[in-house]
Amino acid sequence: MNQPWTQLRELESESIYILRETVAQFRNPVLLYSIGKDSSVLVHLARKAFYPGPLPFPFLHVDTGYKFKEMIEFRDRFTKEIGARLIVHRNEDAIAAGAHPLKLGVARCCGQLKTAALLHALDKYQFDAAIGGARREEERSRAKERVFSLRDAFGQWDPRRQRPELWSLYSGAITEGETMRVFPLSNWTERDIWQYIVQENIPVVPLYYAKERLVVRRNGTLIPADDSMHLKDGEVPEKMWVRFRTLGCAPCTGAVASCAATLEEIAEETVLAKISERSTRIIDHGANTMEDKKREGYF
Amino acid sequence: MSSNVLRFTTAGNVDDGKSTLIGRLLVETQGAFEDQIEGAKRENERRGGKGIDFSLLTDGLRAEREQGITIDVAYRYFATPRRKFIIADAPGHEQYTRNLVTSASNSDLAVILIDALNGIMTQSRRHAFIAHLLGIRHFIVAINKMDLVDYRRERYEEIRRDFTNFIDRLGGAAIYCVPISALEGDHVTEPSTRMAWYTGPRLLDLLETIEVDDQQHKLHFRFPIQLVSRPPASPDFHDFRGYMGRVASGSIRVGDHVVVLPSRARTSVTGILTKDGPLQEAFARQSVTLTLADDLDISRGDVLSCEPQPAQVRTEFKATLCWMSERKLHLNHRYALRHTTKTVRAIINEIDYRLNVNTLERESPVLELQTNDIGQVRIKTLQPVVCDPYSVNRQTGGFIIVDENNDTVAAGMIEEN
Repeated sequence: MNQPWTQLRELESESIYILRETVAQFRNPVLLYSIGKDSSVLVHLARKAFYPGPLPFPFLHVDTGYKFKEMIEFRDRFTKEIGARLIVHRNEDAIAAGAHPLKLGVARCCGQLKTAALLHALDKYQFDAAIGGARREEERSRAKERVFSLRDAFGQWDPRRQRPELWSLYSGAITEGETMRVFPLSNWTERDIWQYIVQENIPVVPLYYAKERLVVRRNGTLIPADDSMHLKDGEVPEKMWVRFRTLGCAPCTGAVASCAATLEEIAEETVLAKISERSTRIIDHGANTMEDKKREGYF
Repeated sequence: MSSNVLRFTTAGNVDDGKSTLIGRLLVETQGAFEDQIEGAKRENERRGGKGIDFSLLTDGLRAEREQGITIDVAYRYFATPRRKFIIADAPGHEQYTRNLVTSASNSDLAVILIDALNGIMTQSRRHAFIAHLLGIRHFIVAINKMDLVDYRRERYEEIRRDFTNFIDRLGGAAIYCVPISALEGDHVTEPSTRMAWYTGPRLLDLLETIEVDDQQHKLHFRFPIQLVSRPPASPDFHDFRGYMGRVASGSIRVGDHVVVLPSRARTSVTGILTKDGPLQEAFARQSVTLTLADDLDISRGDVLSCEPQPAQVRTEFKATLCWMSERKLHLNHRYALRHTTKTVRAIINEIDYRLNVNTLERESPVLELQTNDIGQVRIKTLQPVVCDPYSVNRQTGGFIIVDENNDTVAAGMIEEN
C-alpha cells in the first residue's frame, strides 16, 4: 500500500538515504544517542533504513552524570527493547573531580563532560563516522552545516574545509585520524520532528509531556529542582505545569510552562511556538557560542 | 506524485537586500522565533541601528562576520499551511560562483533579486545563467527596493522586460516577476497599497503556488544500489538478499523487468520492501529495498534500469565542469569521480572551452580552469559510469571530482555526446 507522498515521507526518505550512505562509506560508524526526541526519530529512521537487517552500528551515549533519571531509565529500557548495542561513555576523571556548571561555568563544564568525552570515545572505539541528530534549523551556526561534516584529527570543525554538497552526492573520503559527523536530520525542523513522532507513534522520554514539576526560576529560565540541584541563595523551588522542549543536563536545561500532555498537543504547541527551542538551553547563551563549541568538537 | 516541499535558491548581489528579504519571509511566516528576532534587534541597536534589521537574522558564522565575507551556502526553513520551504541561500559575493552552483543543484526554483535603483547587473545575469545551467526552470524575478524608485511602474516594467528577454534566451524557463520592497514589506507576504498598478500575486503567493512538478518522477526508472542487504537468517527472512537504494527517477512495479548496469544482466523485480510493509510500486525519491528474481552478482554502484530505455554505460564523455578548488585543474591528473553511488578513477584530458559567465561567450583555447571557472571538458574514466545526460536527468547526470587530498574540487554535468 502506498501512502500519500507528504513532506514527512520526503524527509524520511532522504534521511534513510543518508544513513545508508554512511554505512556504505565508513568502516566503523556509530550513532550518537542523546536520548532526546531527535535521537528517537534518528533511531526510528535507522531501523527503517536497514530493515529487515539489524542495526549495523552501535549507539554511543556520552553521559555527563547530570542527565535526568527519566532519561537514563528510558535509554536503558528502549535500547534493550529494540536490541541495540549501547555504549555509555563518561569522562570519569572530570566527574570524579566534581565538574559542575556552577563551579566551572557552562562552557568549561560542557567542554569536559561532553566534548572531551565524545572525542575520547570516538578515539577509544576507533569510530570513523558519528551520526547525530542535529538540525540546521536549530541554531544559526548550524544553518551552514553539511550533511557529511568533516572533523580533523583533533575533532575540530573548520568551516573553510567543509566540502560542497551537490545533488545527492556526499563524499565520505577521509584520511587517517579524521572523522566525519553525519547529520541525517539536517533538513528537519522541530515541527517536522513532532509531526513525525505523532504520525509514527515514536516513544519519547516522558519529560517531554507536561505535568506538575518542581522548578526554580533562574535568569528567566525554569530549571528543574531535582536531587542533584545546587540551589543558589534566595532560590525557592515552586510547583508548576511544565514540560521540556529539549533535553540536556538537568542543571542547564530549562522547562517551559505548558499543559501539553499528549503527543498531539505537543505537536500543536510546537506549531504555535513563538520562542525557539534552543532558548531553554543554557549552553547556547553567553560568550562561548555554539559556533565555538562546534569548532572544538562539540556536536 | 507532486511534493509539498519547495526547495529554492536565492541569489542576488551583495547589497540588493537578499538577507532582508529572507529575514522578512522567516519572520512573517513564523519561520523565526521571538527570541531570535529579539537577538537581531539587540544586535542592531548595539550597532547603532533602530528596530529590527531583518538581515541580522540570517547573519552567518562569526568567522565570516570577522572576515567580512560569506563562505557558504546557508539553509533556511519555513512553512505555510500550503508548503514547506527549504531555502538554499547562496552568498552574492563575486567569488562564489561555486556556492551558487551548490545551492542550485538541489533546487527547483530560483528567486533572483534585482535592485530597482541599480537595475540589472552583470551578476544578475550570471546568477540566472548558472541556475539555468544547473537545470532550474522556474524563476521568480523579484524587483526589489521599489521604495527607492517611488514605486514607479515604468521602472519595474523596464527591468522586467529586459530580464525576461535574457532568461527567455536561455530557453525553456517559466518566469514570474513581482515588484517588492523587502525593507518596507510591499508584496512580500502582504499586499501593497503603494503599487496599486500591480495586481499580480505577492512573492509568497508565487512560492506557495508555482508547480515545479517533479521531473524525476516522469523520467525512466533508475535505481543506483547503495547497499546489498544480507541479514542473518530469521523466521521471516531466510537467505534474504535485497538491494537498498533510493529511486533516482521514474517508478518501478513488482514484476517489472530490469537490466543491471554495467553488467547488462537481465532480471525482474519480485518485491519492494519497506519496514512499513511491502509495496506494489515505488516512485522517484523513495528509499526502498528491492528483491530480484535471479541471484546475480550485483554490488554498490550498479544501477537497475528499465529495459526499453536503459541508462548509458560510458567511460568517455563530455561534461560541463564548475571548478571549485583553489588548486587549479590539472589535465591528465588522476582524480576520483563520484557519481550516483559509485566512485571511479578519472582523468580530464581536454578542455574544449571556458564559459565567460558574464558575456556567455565560449573562450578557447584554454589550458586550465581555476576557482569559479565553468568550462566544457572531456573526461575518461577507468571503470564505466552508468549515467544519463544531465539535461535529461539531474540525479544520474551530475557528479563531483575529488582530488588526492579528499577535497571536492569540481562539480560536473554530463553532456549528450
